[in-house]
Amino acid sequence: MSEFLTLTVIMATIASGIRLATPYLIAALGETVGQRSGVLNLGVDGVMQLSAFFAYWTVLETQNLILGVLAALAVGLIMGLIYAVVTVSFHATQGISGIGIFLFGLGFSDLMFQRQVGTPRPIKQLQEYGIPFLSDIPQVGPALFEHNLLTYAAFLMVPIVAWVMRSTTFGMNVRAVGENPQAADSLGVSVARTRYAAILIGNTMAAIAGAALVLQLGIFQPNLTQGLGFIAIALVYFGAWRPVGVMGGALLYGLVNATVLQWKAQGIIPRSASDIAAMAPAVLTIIALVVLAGRVRPPSALTRPFTRH
Amino acid sequence: MTPPPPQTGPPLLEMRGITKRFPGVIANQDVDFDVRAGEVHTLLGENGAGKSTLMKILFGLYQPEEGEVLLRGEPIDITSPSEAIDARVGMVHQHFMLVPTMTVAENVALGIKSDRGPLTDLDAVSERIREISEAHGLAVDPDVEVWRLSVGERQRIEIVKALFRDAELLVLDEPTAVLTPQEVDDLFVILRRMTEEGRGIIFISHKLHEVMALSDRITVLRNGRVTGHTVPAETSRENLAEMMVGRAVKLSPHRPDVTPGAPRLKIRGLSVVGDRGTRAVDQVDLDVFGGEILGIAGVSGNGQRELAEVVAGLRKPEPGTSIELDGQAIDSASTRERRDLGLSYVPEERMRDGAIGDFTVSENIILVDHGSEKFSASGLLNFGAIKDHCNKLVEQFAVKTPSIETPTSSLSGGNIQKVIMARELSAGPAVLIASQPTRGVDIGSAEYIHERLVEQRDRGTATLLISEDLDEVLGLSDRIAVMFEGRVVAIVDHDDATREGIGLLMAGVFDEEPATT
Ligand SMILES: Nc1ncnc2c1ncn2[C@@H]1O[C@H](COP(=O)(O)OP(=O)(O)O)[C@@H](O)[C@H]1O
Ligand SMILES: [Mg+2]
Repeated sequence: MSEFLTLTVIMATIASGIRLATPYLIAALGETVGQRSGVLNLGVDGVMQLSAFFAYWTVLETQNLILGVLAALAVGLIMGLIYAVVTVSFHATQGISGIGIFLFGLGFSDLMFQRQVGTPRPIKQLQEYGIPFLSDIPQVGPALFEHNLLTYAAFLMVPIVAWVMRSTTFGMNVRAVGENPQAADSLGVSVARTRYAAILIGNTMAAIAGAALVLQLGIFQPNLTQGLGFIAIALVYFGAWRPVGVMGGALLYGLVNATVLQWKAQGIIPRSASDIAAMAPAVLTIIALVVLAGRVRPPSALTRPFTRH
Repeated sequence: MTPPPPQTGPPLLEMRGITKRFPGVIANQDVDFDVRAGEVHTLLGENGAGKSTLMKILFGLYQPEEGEVLLRGEPIDITSPSEAIDARVGMVHQHFMLVPTMTVAENVALGIKSDRGPLTDLDAVSERIREISEAHGLAVDPDVEVWRLSVGERQRIEIVKALFRDAELLVLDEPTAVLTPQEVDDLFVILRRMTEEGRGIIFISHKLHEVMALSDRITVLRNGRVTGHTVPAETSRENLAEMMVGRAVKLSPHRPDVTPGAPRLKIRGLSVVGDRGTRAVDQVDLDVFGGEILGIAGVSGNGQRELAEVVAGLRKPEPGTSIELDGQAIDSASTRERRDLGLSYVPEERMRDGAIGDFTVSENIILVDHGSEKFSASGLLNFGAIKDHCNKLVEQFAVKTPSIETPTSSLSGGNIQKVIMARELSAGPAVLIASQPTRGVDIGSAEYIHERLVEQRDRGTATLLISEDLDEVLGLSDRIAVMFEGRVVAIVDHDDATREGIGLLMAGVFDEEPATT
């Protein structure tokens, strides 16, 4: 009987790990596309923050989840456009521009929240849908095949992004521009246009990640992301700029997070130590990054603005 | 093949009165240049003469301030590489324009509209690449990733890229800089075949014997201006050098006979792991005698750089390596201790390892011994002594600089190298390691640096000269060691060394008796 209970607990933890992994995965996949084109965006967290707020506010006012996601998308497009203009057209240093985007997202979402909402009120959450038949498998079914649409979309995007990068001319251009923009330019590939597109993809995905986060929680608060966007950037390195690797990192992160939460709830971790335990995922990521360092190589032109002269 | 078209009508390319300025320099001034179908027209000039700039204008990478470009008699305004490609101009850039992480086929397909819309069509591209490589004798495998390929192979891909786009006019910017003599011969055969098909070729080089061998016509640039036109039959290497430099130059220095002394640098069983994690140098034994220059010949990437770095103390060798300087073991000595024992090092990457760009000329000159009592007392620099020392060296080494307080990065490559040479030779070293001492350096400075190296040898220094410029190795060395895949495969005396013989050894042909070609 107690064994049964343990299995149930494990399955519940896995389900919650997958759910927790969703925003990381979407944001990190988007950042992967951007980085493969040679553009590092440290502003992911800010974009997530801001789009999470607008998704929340829209749903609060309209009770319409789809409108909420669309609002987040619009925020992502605008932020992406700003970032592209600054870093691609004006060749600004990517590191500091990204930090600017982050601070803006953090501050502006807070300001908007204080003015427009004030005290947190819950909103409609994303609903979970079981995949027919698969979700009926005992134990495993509900854990793996009963999730919200954004979670499904996130995992579906893994093969899609991999395929786009590998098999389309756009993907080829992105890779070329990230490795050797001079070479791409000499063959008539527009470095600027390719990077604009990659940045817009990266930012809209960060925005969807923000929406996923807030719509899974059903509530907004200032600094909702708590650095989640930065972890997503680390996951891109962790995954060696490959969608499947990034997915592995996001899942690991989500599962460790879920386990820590579970243990806290069950009292396995004493209250006093729970803050330290909460650092476990971050520590794991750092360890993984140190182990991986030097074995994988970032895109050669990462963070380097392109000019002909 | 199609016969060359008759030489009537307008030339394939005409550039008229081209002027291009960069802040502080006129890279091209009123340059006229033309190419006919079926010929190789060489653009000859020193580093910085403006050759690449002229070609980048043709390719739409730079816009000229003045002048016009005509293709097949029609004026044309080329503002981007894709317009140049559409006009059937192809370019093999001085620095290869390849994406190492992508396959050959992907590199060739970049920028080309795919027949499958948004999807790549790499199978069709691979097929065409095979056809092209067969038709032109360019052996390339479309499916390998570029980083696995040798420089010679990479260059063939660049040519395939141009042919894939059916370039009628092909520019090759210093294509031979990194090739072995055999690869150069192969390249010339390929280029000749292309001119027979009626294509026009612009060949850029500063290697005089190659220019003499390949060109139909030669145009010489100096300081951005055309200083002469000629054809190989009416000129000589000395003559061309004079047109490039503006005065008579000695192409190889006079090497007086010196009886070598005792071995001053003794290397035994030197092995080292390179940056790629594989063994870059494998069990090398070498002796360098006082009063000799031992030249290392080899295609770049065969362990020469790592060898130099180990001896200089910048890279850790594998256990079992022994290095002695005048009988003292130095293999675990610090760079400081090595210097104190009389080791000097002129590094290959001169702006990374040899000098600090933001430092002044005098700061760079005293960089290695500013702590010695000559220049400082109890931690304070003695500016008077430093100034005297530096002024003397700047004069002695003919460094062209406004003053010794000028930032080093604002000097030309040749003068920066003279600053480094001044520093490294002023101590009268026992052993000198000189890596690529004249790469990217103007002929005048190179001539000067060569004389200094020989002079130091005459004074009894043991010099290890590492150079990718085979002419330099042949001209300066008393003995030549050839490196291939990390090993010294042969040591040849100066008098027995020929370009061909060394070239074969560099290409890895050494097991049986040298093949005769
Ligand atoms: N993008 C650039 N910006 C500023 N100066 C340049 C640039 N490109 C070339 N130059 C200068 O123009 C001159 C000619 O350079 P280049 O055409 O590269 O010579 P070459 O190919 O004959 O060695 C040099 O003095 C060089 O420093
Ligand atoms: Mg050049």
